[in-house]
Amino acid sequence: MSDLLRNIIRFILFIGIQVYILDNVPPLHRFIVPVIYFLFILWLPFSISRFWLLIIGFLTGLTYDYFFGSPGLHAAACVLIAYFRPFIVNILIPKDTSEFNYSEPSAKAMGWAPYMVYVFALSLLHHGYILLLEWLDVGNFLDFLIKVVSTTAISMLLIVTAEIIFPRRLKYRTNTA
Amino acid sequence: MRNVFLFIRRYFTFLSFVLLQVLALSMLFRYNRTHRAVFLGKANELTGYFNSKYDNVDDYFHLKEENLRVHRMNDSLLNLLPRNFIKVDTGSHVITDTVQFDTTYMVRRYLAKEAKVVSNSINSLKNYFQLNRGSKQGIKDNMAVINSDGSVVGQIVGVSENFSQVMSLLHIHSTVSAMMKKSRNNGRIEWDGQSSVYLTLRNIPKSDSVLVGDTVLTGINSYNYPPGWMIGTVSEIVEDKSTNFYVLRVRPFANFQNLQQVFVVENLQREEQVALDKATQKKVDDLNKRKAQ
Repeated sequence: MSDLLRNIIRFILFIGIQVYILDNVPPLHRFIVPVIYFLFILWLPFSISRFWLLIIGFLTGLTYDYFFGSPGLHAAACVLIAYFRPFIVNILIPKDTSEFNYSEPSAKAMGWAPYMVYVFALSLLHHGYILLLEWLDVGNFLDFLIKVVSTTAISMLLIVTAEIIFPRRLKYRTNTA
Repeated sequence: MRNVFLFIRRYFTFLSFVLLQVLALSMLFRYNRTHRAVFLGKANELTGYFNSKYDNVDDYFHLKEENLRVHRMNDSLLNLLPRNFIKVDTGSHVITDTVQFDTTYMVRRYLAKEAKVVSNSINSLKNYFQLNRGSKQGIKDNMAVINSDGSVVGQIVGVSENFSQVMSLLHIHSTVSAMMKKSRNNGRIEWDGQSSVYLTLRNIPKSDSVLVGDTVLTGINSYNYPPGWMIGTVSEIVEDKSTNFYVLRVRPFANFQNLQQVFVVENLQREEQVALDKATQKKVDDLNKRKAQ
């Protein structure tokens, strides 16, 4: 399966799961909000150019926004994480994109510890930004802090679960071929 | 000039990042203020299409409760039928007019249309839901939305051709004029964003003797909501020592989790009321200006 087709299917799946499953889960508590759709951006290939990463991030966020009923909110957060993604990958693993043995960020490609740091940093950034915007609109600082911690924790839990339950079959690439 | 191009090429990613960020934020702020956004009409059609497909399946899980609500509503209407009543005064006799209702004094003020909820949220601070009726079916902004059991659930904020967006009572910016059923004292219903099972009723004076369990209805100070529809019952009375008003925690009648069939209620005299309001405001302003001179 080509990268393009694979990512289109993923896009539909992530938005669908977020909109029709996670958003319809009866709320356990107002701080517990499961969000996973932005994993789509974290799973995009290393080789994608930074400009296209931004555009794809924007479109992903905007698509979810129109379902969610807040045009611009998730788009802004997705553009932010799309912008910072290459920097964080670079800090964690200072390699050129062509030197990776796998095409996408994953526990296999980066190792569990750096991959978890990568996921954690970007989910914190995503939720922090969304909740900051929400806090500016309707403010309660303590709520903001608790929500950043709780939503990031829930997202991490969901992402780790997703990684374990649905292992991605990624091809091992070598330079010799 | 060459330097400008070099600058743009060098910081191309950063500049596009800033541009997209500004675009997204401007969309967000515009939407928060006015509930308008670019492509919202087209996007509404698209999300509405998928939501109604999903809703077709989801419907089966709520049929029982929905049936019960509709049956209760039917029951209350059945009891209003004229054939349930008889005249006890034997001295007078009934003359049946050819016109079945009094056309001289009755003018229709509110008109209800049925609609179906296709998507719903209660998890965020700003909850919206989507209906399968839009401008083609005569839905306009600011119409009230009432649940199948006659309890108020929200108000229309956005309309596309075949779908419309409703601001739920569970929206941090929602305010609805409300009154106590017993005393007819007017207040306003808000939501504090905390729990989806409680609303807050403010502005009921402490001279009113409020008890837990009292019914709260929609009030008369609204152009959108028809007065006298149920909102909820008082579940907790919070004494606010600093003011002369109660803060009442109200349990809504509507279960926002499983809204299915709803009614969209139009105030047919809204335009006239708003125009009058504006004209009055203008007159008062003019008067004040003349006084100041």
